[in-house]
Amino acid sequence: MTTPETTSFAGIRRFSARFPLASRILERLLLSLLLLFAVSVMIFGGIEALPGDFASTYLGQSATPEAVARIRSELGLDQSIVTRYVDWLGGAMTGDFGNSWASGQSVGEQIGKRLGNSLFLAFFAAIVAVPLAVGLGLLAVRFRNKLPDKLINILSLAAVSLPEFFVGYLLILIFVVTYGAAVFPSTVYDSMSLLDRLNAIVLPVATLVLVVLAHMMRMTRAAIIQVMSSAYMETAELKGLGALRAIIKHAAPNALAPIINVVALNLAYLIVGVVVVEVVFVYPGMGQYMVDAVTVRDLPVVQACGLIFAAIYIGLNMTADILAILANPRLRHPR
Amino acid sequence: MRLNEIPLTAWVGIFGIVLTLFCALFAPWIAPYGETEVVGDVWAPASSAYPFGLDNLGRDILSRLIFGAQTTVFVSLASTVLSFALGIILSFIAATTRGWVDTGLSRLNDLMMSIPTLIFALVVLAALPQTLTTLILVMAVLDSTRVFRLGRAVALDVAVMDFVEAARLRGEGTPWIIFREILPNTLSPLLAEFGLRFAFAILFLSTLSFLGLGIQPPDADWGGMVKDNKDGIIFGVAAALVPGGAIAFLTICVNLVVDWLLKRTSSLKGGRGDA
Amino acid sequence: MPDLLKVSGLKIEATVYPPGEDPQRVTIVEEVNFTLEKGKVLGLIGESGAGKSTIGLAALAYGRGGVEITGGKVELNGEDLLSLSKSGIRKVRGARVCYVSQSAAASFNPAHKLGDQVIEATVRHGLMSREDARRRADHLFDVLGLPEPKTFGKRYPHQVSGGQLQRAMTAMALCSNPDLIVFDEPTTALDVTTQIDVLAAIKHAIEETDTAALYITHDLAVVAQISDDIMVLKSGKTVEHGSVAQVIEAPREDYTRALVNVRSIRHEEKQDQSEHFFEMAGIDAAYSGGVKVLSDVSLHVPKGQTLAIVGESGSGKSTMARVATGLLPPSAGSVSLGGEVLPPALKQRSRDQLRKLQLIYQMADTAMNPRQTVGNIIGRPLTFYEGLRGSARKKRVQELLDQIEMGSGFHDRYPAELSGGQKQRVAIARALAAGPEVIICDEPTSALDPLVADGILKLLLDLQKQKDLAYVFITHDIAIVRAIADSVAVMFQGELVRFGPKSEVLSPPFDDYTDLLLKSVPEMRLGWLEEVLASRKMSAGGN
Repeated sequence: MTTPETTSFAGIRRFSARFPLASRILERLLLSLLLLFAVSVMIFGGIEALPGDFASTYLGQSATPEAVARIRSELGLDQSIVTRYVDWLGGAMTGDFGNSWASGQSVGEQIGKRLGNSLFLAFFAAIVAVPLAVGLGLLAVRFRNKLPDKLINILSLAAVSLPEFFVGYLLILIFVVTYGAAVFPSTVYDSMSLLDRLNAIVLPVATLVLVVLAHMMRMTRAAIIQVMSSAYMETAELKGLGALRAIIKHAAPNALAPIINVVALNLAYLIVGVVVVEVVFVYPGMGQYMVDAVTVRDLPVVQACGLIFAAIYIGLNMTADILAILANPRLRHPR
Repeated sequence: MRLNEIPLTAWVGIFGIVLTLFCALFAPWIAPYGETEVVGDVWAPASSAYPFGLDNLGRDILSRLIFGAQTTVFVSLASTVLSFALGIILSFIAATTRGWVDTGLSRLNDLMMSIPTLIFALVVLAALPQTLTTLILVMAVLDSTRVFRLGRAVALDVAVMDFVEAARLRGEGTPWIIFREILPNTLSPLLAEFGLRFAFAILFLSTLSFLGLGIQPPDADWGGMVKDNKDGIIFGVAAALVPGGAIAFLTICVNLVVDWLLKRTSSLKGGRGDA
Repeated sequence: MPDLLKVSGLKIEATVYPPGEDPQRVTIVEEVNFTLEKGKVLGLIGESGAGKSTIGLAALAYGRGGVEITGGKVELNGEDLLSLSKSGIRKVRGARVCYVSQSAAASFNPAHKLGDQVIEATVRHGLMSREDARRRADHLFDVLGLPEPKTFGKRYPHQVSGGQLQRAMTAMALCSNPDLIVFDEPTTALDVTTQIDVLAAIKHAIEETDTAALYITHDLAVVAQISDDIMVLKSGKTVEHGSVAQVIEAPREDYTRALVNVRSIRHEEKQDQSEHFFEMAGIDAAYSGGVKVLSDVSLHVPKGQTLAIVGESGSGKSTMARVATGLLPPSAGSVSLGGEVLPPALKQRSRDQLRKLQLIYQMADTAMNPRQTVGNIIGRPLTFYEGLRGSARKKRVQELLDQIEMGSGFHDRYPAELSGGQKQRVAIARALAAGPEVIICDEPTSALDPLVADGILKLLLDLQKQKDLAYVFITHDIAIVRAIADSVAVMFQGELVRFGPKSEVLSPPFDDYTDLLLKSVPEMRLGWLEEVLASRKMSAGGN
C-alpha cells in the first residue's frame, strides 16, 4: 500500500540516487533560500521584539503622547507585526524597502547606488587579494618550515591582529600625508571616469587586501599541505613522477576545491571589512550608509542594509559549498 | 611543563598581556593625569611631559591609553568569558545528548552564523539602548556562536571515542561524562580558542567603538580614542594611531600565545597523559 | 645467475620529536643484508616496529616522513640506488622498481580514472606508447581477475571495491614490466575471503611476468604461500633468513619458532552447552536510517563458557555487541542474562544489570581516557558499583593488576606510557573490576601482534576458569575461534548461518559460506594456496 506522500518521497530518493550532483546542489540552493527567509524574519521580527518604542525614539525629546500616536499610525506601527512583515518582505523582493525615517527618501534608490560602489570596492580588493594569497600560500608550502614560510607565518599572524581602521589610517598617514601619493577622502561620484575612480579607491582596496590576505593565505597553505601529505602524493613520488607533474596532475585537481572554498569564504569576510573601511575612507558605499543609519536609529535603512549584507554573505557561502560539491569526483561520477 | 620550553614569541606575547593587565588594574595610580583632565593644547605634539602628545580636546593620550586599557580589557574579557560559558555549555550538551536537542541548537546556531557578526551587531545595536551591559551581552551572544561550533566539533570528536561509550555503558550520568571524560581531553584546543576569541573581542569592541556604537564618551577606550582623533590624521597628527597601535599590540600578543598553544595541542595529539 | 637486488649493511635512521623534549635520532633498521634473484619472491616478516616496511621502501631509495637511509648499499643490477641523483632515482621508480601499498584506497588519486593512473608511470617514463600501455593494462586486469577488464580502467577509484583496488594497484605496479615489485601488506586490510582471491591473483601475476618481489607482511601463513625465501625481522634487525621450507618447517631461532607456533593454544570444548545463561533471542536490528543489519538472530552461551561469533566486515557481528549492551535497542527480540530479561535500551537498565555485562573493545588505545591514570581507570567501576574509596579501592586495584599479570608500578601510569598488550590488559582489569558475569569481547586481539595476542587469549582463558565467566567473543579470525571457543556462531550479512558446539560447526558437512570462510583462512604450511585453488577449480568444473 502506498500513499501519495511515500511515492513522492520515493521519487525524490530515486532522483537523488540517479543525479547525486544535481540533487545535492538543489538541496543547497533550497537551504540557502530557507536561511535567507529565516534571516529576514530575524532581522525584522528581532528588532520589533527588542525593547524600546520606535515612535518615541523617532521623535526624540519632543515626544508627547499625541505625537507618538500620530507617528505610529503614519509609520504603520499600529498594524499587526505579521501584516507589516509581509508588506516589508513583499516590498523587499521588488527592491522597495520603504522610506528612510531620517531623510524621508526611498531606501531602495539610495541603496542601489551605494551597493554598486561597495561591490566595486570589494571586487577590486578580491582580484588583488586572491592571486596574491594563493601565490603566497604556495610559496609558504614550497618552503615549508624554512625561512620564507616562517616569515609569512609571523607577518600573517600580525596582519590578522591589526584592526582595519589602524591599517587604513596608517596608510593614509604614509601615502597621503607624508608622500602625497594617494587621495583622501576616497569620494566617488557619478560623473567620475573609471580611472579617477580607481585612483580614488587605491588605499581602501589596499587596506581590504591587507586585512583578508593573511586569513586567505593561511587557509590556502593548510589546504595545500593537507593534499600534499595524502597517500596518493606518495604514490606519485614512488611512480617516479617529477615534482611539477605530481603537483599539476595529482595535487592541483584535489587542492582546487578547498582553495576555491577558502576564497569564497574570505570574500564573504570582505563584506564585513567593507563597512569599517568605508567609514575610514569616507567612501559612499553601503557600509557607511548603514553605520550612519544605526547611529540615528533609522530602522528601515538598517533593516534593508542588514538583509542585503546577509543575502550576499549567504550567497557567497552557498557558492563555496556548491563549488566544493562540483569538485567532488564521488558526486560527479556516481557508482 | 618547563619554562624553558616556551618559545621566545610566546614570551613576548605573555609580557604584552601582563603589561596591559597591569595598566588596566592599576590605572588610577600609574596614569600621570586624569582620564578626562584637559592639560594643554588640542593635538599638542609629544613632549617629555606627554610622551604620546595630547588628543583632540587637549587630554593626555598616555593617561587615556592607560585608563582605556581598563575599559577595553574589562569589556572584552567579560564578553569572552560570557560567550565561552554560553557556547561551551550549550555545545557540550548538544554533543552529549545528540538527538533533537543537538539538531535544534545546531540549526539555530547556523542561522545566527549566516549573518556576519558585525552586521548582526549593527542591526541589534540600532534598536537597543546603548549601555555597557547591552554591549557586553550582544558581543557575548554573537561570539558564542563561534564557540558553540568549535566546542561541538571538539566535544563530538571526543564523545565518539570508545572510552566515553565505556563510561556510558558503566551507567555514568551526563555530568560525569562531560566533566570527567570529555572536558579534560578538550582543554588544550579550548584554551587556544579562548585566546582567539579574546583577541577577536578586543578587535570587535574597538571596531564598534570606532564606529561610535561601542563605549560612549567621555569614558576612554582604545577604539573610541581612534574615532576621537581620526580627523587629525589628514593634518599629519598621528594621535589616532597610538590607540590603534595599542589594540594591534595587544591582539598580536594574544595571538602569539594562542599560536604557541595551538602548536602544543597538535604535538600533543599523540595523547600523552600529562599536561 | 647474478643477483637482481643486493642490499648490504643497510642502516636507516629517523628523527623523532617527543613532545617537550629535544628531537632524537633513533635507528630503526641496522645491518640488514639480503640478495634477490630475478623472478624470486622474498618475504619480509615481523611484528609492528620491526622495520619491514622501511626496508621495503629503501628498495626504492625512499624514506617516509623523516626517515633517512644513512648507511649501506641498495644495488639493483649492480647499480647502487642510494648513490643516484634525484633525477636518476626518479627513472628507477615506477619503471624498474614499483610499489604496492597496504591501502590502495588512499593511494589512488580520487580525481582520475583508474586506467589513467595505472599506465601513467609507464607512459611518462617513455617505456610504451599510450595505446600499448593501455593494452597491457587491460591484459593485466584480466590476469588479475578483475571484472570487465576492457572497461575496468574507465572507472574511478571510489566506484570499485577494496579488493579490486588492491588488484588494480598490483596492475599499476606490473604495467611497466619492472624488475622488482615491493608489496607492502597488500592483503592486510581485506576480509579473508577477499584476501585469498587477491593473494592468488598476485601470485599468478608474479609467475606470469617473472618479476622479482619483496613481500612484506606480519602474517607468516600468508608469506608461506607466496615466497621463495623468508627473512624474519625484529626491531630492525635480521633474526633469521632462509628458504620458506626451512623457516616454516625447521625454524632455527626461538623467535621464529614462536611466530610459527602462534595460535597453537587448543581449548577443549565443554560438553554441556544446554544452559541459556546469556541469551539473545530473535534479534532484529536496524540503524537509524532504516538499514536492517540483523535479522532474526538467536544464540546463547552457558555460564563459564565461550561463544565465538565469527564473520567478515558487514556481517553484523559487532552490531550484536551493540544490541547486547543496549547501545542499539533491537527492533524485535530480547536479551536476557541469568534468566532475567534485560531492558532493550541502556538507559533503562539498572546499575546491577549494567555491572553484570561488561564490554572489552578492539582498540584499547581509544577505550581508555588518556587523561586518567591506570589506577583511576580500574578504580572507577569499584567506586561506581561498590562504593569503594581510598585505601580499600587501592588494594582492590592492586589485586586486579596482579590478576592481569602487571606489577605494582602501574597504578599511577597513564595509558600512553603502556604498550599495546598492557593497555588491553588494563581494559580487561577494568571489566573485571565491575564483577561481571558475562564479558563481550569485540575483537580484543585483532589490533595486536600475534605473540602479544596469544598472551591476552591465555589470560582470558585463565580468568574464565577462575571466575566462571561467560564470554561472547566477536572475531573475524578462525584461528582464534579454534583456540578459545566452546560454541560458535557464523554470521553473514546480518544473518546467523550456523550455530552450535565448536566441534560441529567446524566440521563437515558445511553450508557454502562456512565452507568458503574456512577454506580462505591461510594455513601455515607450504602448498596450501595451490590446494585450495585446485579444489575450487574442481568444484567449479563439477558444476
